[in-house]
Amino acid sequence: MDFQLSEDQRDLATGVREFCEGRFDRDRMRDLVDKNRVPGMVDRALWTELAETGFFSLRVPEAEGGVGLGSAEAVLVYEEAGRVLLPGPLVATHLAASLGGDLGAGAASGELIVGVVDAEDSPILVEHLDVLDVLLVLDEDGIRRVAPSSVSGTAVKNPVDPFTPLHHVEALPEGTRVGDADTAARFRREGAVLTAAVQLGIAGRLTELATQYAKEREQFGRVIGGFQAVKHLCAEMLVRTEIARAAVYSAAVTLDDPVVGDLAVAVPAAKLMADDAATRNGKDATQVHGGMGFTWEVDVHLYLKRAWVHATQFGGAEENEEALAATL
Amino acid sequence: MDLRYTEAEERFRAELRAWLDEALPKLPPKPDRNDWPGRRAYDTTWQRMLFDAGYAGLHWPVEAGGKGATPTEHLIYLEESERAGAPYVGANFVGLLHAGPTINAAGSDEQRRKYLPGILSGEDVWCQGFSEPGAGSDLASLRCRAVRDGDEYVINGSKIWTSHAEVADYCEMLVRTDPDAPKHKGITWLIVPMDTPGITIRPLETVMGTSEFAEVFFDDVRVPVGNRVGEENDGWRVTMVTLSFERGTAFVSEVVACQKLLHDLAELAKKVTRRQATAWDDVALRRELGHLTAEFEALWALTKWNVSEASRSGVPGIGGSVFKLRFSETKQKVYDLAHRLLDRAALCVEDVAGLPSGHLMDERLSSLSYTIAAGTSQIQRNIVGERILGLPKER
Ligand SMILES: Cc1cc2nc3c(=O)[nH]c(=O)nc-3n(C[C@H](O)[C@H](O)[C@H](O)COP(=O)(O)OP(=O)(O)OC[C@H]3O[C@@H](n4cnc5c(N)ncnc54)[C@H](O)[C@@H]3O)c2cc1C
Repeated sequence: MDFQLSEDQRDLATGVREFCEGRFDRDRMRDLVDKNRVPGMVDRALWTELAETGFFSLRVPEAEGGVGLGSAEAVLVYEEAGRVLLPGPLVATHLAASLGGDLGAGAASGELIVGVVDAEDSPILVEHLDVLDVLLVLDEDGIRRVAPSSVSGTAVKNPVDPFTPLHHVEALPEGTRVGDADTAARFRREGAVLTAAVQLGIAGRLTELATQYAKEREQFGRVIGGFQAVKHLCAEMLVRTEIARAAVYSAAVTLDDPVVGDLAVAVPAAKLMADDAATRNGKDATQVHGGMGFTWEVDVHLYLKRAWVHATQFGGAEENEEALAATL
Repeated sequence: MDLRYTEAEERFRAELRAWLDEALPKLPPKPDRNDWPGRRAYDTTWQRMLFDAGYAGLHWPVEAGGKGATPTEHLIYLEESERAGAPYVGANFVGLLHAGPTINAAGSDEQRRKYLPGILSGEDVWCQGFSEPGAGSDLASLRCRAVRDGDEYVINGSKIWTSHAEVADYCEMLVRTDPDAPKHKGITWLIVPMDTPGITIRPLETVMGTSEFAEVFFDDVRVPVGNRVGEENDGWRVTMVTLSFERGTAFVSEVVACQKLLHDLAELAKKVTRRQATAWDDVALRRELGHLTAEFEALWALTKWNVSEASRSGVPGIGGSVFKLRFSETKQKVYDLAHRLLDRAALCVEDVAGLPSGHLMDERLSSLSYTIAAGTSQIQRNIVGERILGLPKER
C-alpha cells in the first residue's frame, strides 16, 4: 500500500496546474464574468484546448484514442479545474467520452459540449443549455440523449453562480436511449467523485485566498492572521480540505480498483466531505475578508457560488447521508 | 496512489489473524475499570503474549529489539488487533509510544540495553511526567526543578495528570535544569524510577469517578546523572521526538473502533422504539449516522495517507495535527449521537432496560478528554495555522 502520489501523478498535477493557471488565469476568469460573457458561459476555443490537454479523453483507453489513465489521475486534473474555476460541463463531457460512438468521440475531442441533467430533479434546471451540443438525461432506466434545441425552457434571469447559466424546464423531451441503468449508475458514481474533486480544488483555493489575506491585512497594528479567531478559521479550512482530499483520492482509487474498498461508502463519503469543505470554506473565507469578502471584486463569492452549484450535482447531502446510513 | 496491500503485507495480515484467533481466548477476564493493579496485570500479560509471539515493538527498529516493521505493517497490526477485539496498549502506552522511542532516538547504548527490553516484554510500565499545575498547553513553562549534586540530580516540584502513575515503574520526566535560560532551553529529560524515595502520588478522580491519572509530588528525589536522556538543557528537543510519535500513529485502533461503533449504534437505533416508530425512523438521527460514516471513511483514508507519508519519509508528518483535530471532535460527535439515541437511559452509567448505556455513557464521558489530552484542539489549530499555513506566531 502506498497512498501517496506517484512521480507521474505529481508531474501530471503540476502540468495541469501550469496549464490552468496559464490558460485561465484570474484576468481571463474575471474578464469572462465581468466584461465578455459568452452564451452558456463556455468559451469554445478554451474548450478545445481543454480537450487537447486530455480533460475529456483522460480515461478513454489508449486503443480508442484516449489517454488511458484512471480515476486516480482524473481527480488530480479536476481538482486543478476547481482551483481556477474553469466553467462549463467539464464532468458531464468527460463522462460522455466513455460512451463510445460518435457521441463519445465528439465529447473526447471537444467537438461536442455535453451537458447532463437528472430527470428526478425538482425543479429541473439545465446548466449551460445555450452552448450545449448534446444533453444527457439520467433517469430510472438509464441515460437518454436529447437535442438541446428540442428542450424548451425559460432562462433563469439570476442564476446564483454567474458562470453557471440555468434554464428552468418543465418537461424533458424523450430523446434516444444511449445508456442502460448500469451505465447511469456508473455515471452517478464517477460524476460524484469527479465533482468532489472539483470541490476539493475550490476548498483548497479558498484556504489559500483566506490565508493570504490574513497575512496581509493589518488591524490593531498587526496582521489579522495573528489573531487566533482568524487563525483558527484558516486552520479549520485546511483541516476540511485535507479530510476531503483523503476521501476523494481514496474514492478515486477505489473506482479504479474496487477490491480496495467499498464503493457504496467511498463515493458518497467523498462527495459529502468535499461539498462540506468547499461550501463551508466559502463562508469562512468570506468572513476572513471582512467587508472585502462581501464585494463582487474579491473572488471568494465566485468560489462559494460555484461550490453551491456542485453541491447539488450527482447527489446532495441528504442523498449521500441516507446512502451512507443504508450501509450500516 | 495504490491502496492494495502487497503479497507480503497480506501474508503478514493472515498470520496475525491466525495468531489472534488462537491467543485471545487465552486472556484472563477483563478487570474492572477502577482496578488498577488488575488493569496493569491484564495489559502487561497481553504485552508478554505479544512479546513471546514476536509482535512486541513491531514498529520499533531492530537494534532497539523491535521488528523493524514498516508503518503499513504496523497499521495492519493495529487494524486487525482492534477488529479481533484484542486489548489496547493500555498501561504500556507511555513505554511503547513515548519513552521507548525517545530512549531509542536520543538515549545511550547503555540506556537502550537497560530500559527497552522491559518495555517490550511488558515487565516495566512507564508514565509521563510532563504537565504541571502551572504548565499545560504552555508545557515549556514547566518549573519542576532538578539541581545537579555530584553524580545526581535532586528533583523538587510536582507533576499533574500523570496517567497510570500509581502502577508505573518508571516516569519519563521533564525538569527545569536552568531557570535563567529561555524557557525552551533550560529543560532536561530524565528517567525516574517510581520507587525512589521522596515521591508521593495523589490519585485524581476523573469525571467518570475513576482514578485515571494522578498528581505526583517530588521532594528531594535523587536520581543518577546517568538517567538523563540527551544533553542537559536539551530536553525540549528530545521531547519533540516523542510528541511527533504520539501524533503520528496513536489513533489507528480508535478509528476502527469508531467504525464498528457506528454499526452498533445503527443496530441499536433499529431496535429502540419512540412512540410508534423506531429511532432509525428519525431522519435527523439516521442522517447524522450517515454523516459520521463519511467522516470515519475520510479519517481512515487520511490514516493511510499519513502512514504512507511516514513510510516514505521515515517520520510521522505534520498531518498528525490535522488528523488529531478532526478525529477527536468527530469521536465526541459519535457519543453525542449515542447519548441522543439513549434518551433518558443516558442518565444511567450502567445498563438499564436492556440498553448498553453503561458502556456507552462511560465512553461518552471518557471522550470528553479527547480534545484536551495530548494538546488541546485550540493548540492543534495554532499548530496548523502557524506551522502549515505560515500565519504569525502568538508571541
Ligand atoms: C485524560 C488525560 C490524560 C492525561 N495524561 C497525561 C500524562 O500522562 N502526562 C502528562 O504529562 N500530561 C497528561 N495530560 C495533560 C494534558 O496534556 C494537558 O491537560 C493538556 O496539555 C492541556 O493542559 P491544561 O490541562 O493545563 O489546560 P490549559 O493549558 O490550562 O488550557 C485550558 C484551556 O485554555 C486553552 N488554551 C491554553 N492556551 C491557549 C492558547 N495559547 N491559545 C488558545 N487557547 C489556549 C486550552 O485549549 C483549554 O481550552 C492528560 C490530560 C488528560 C485530560
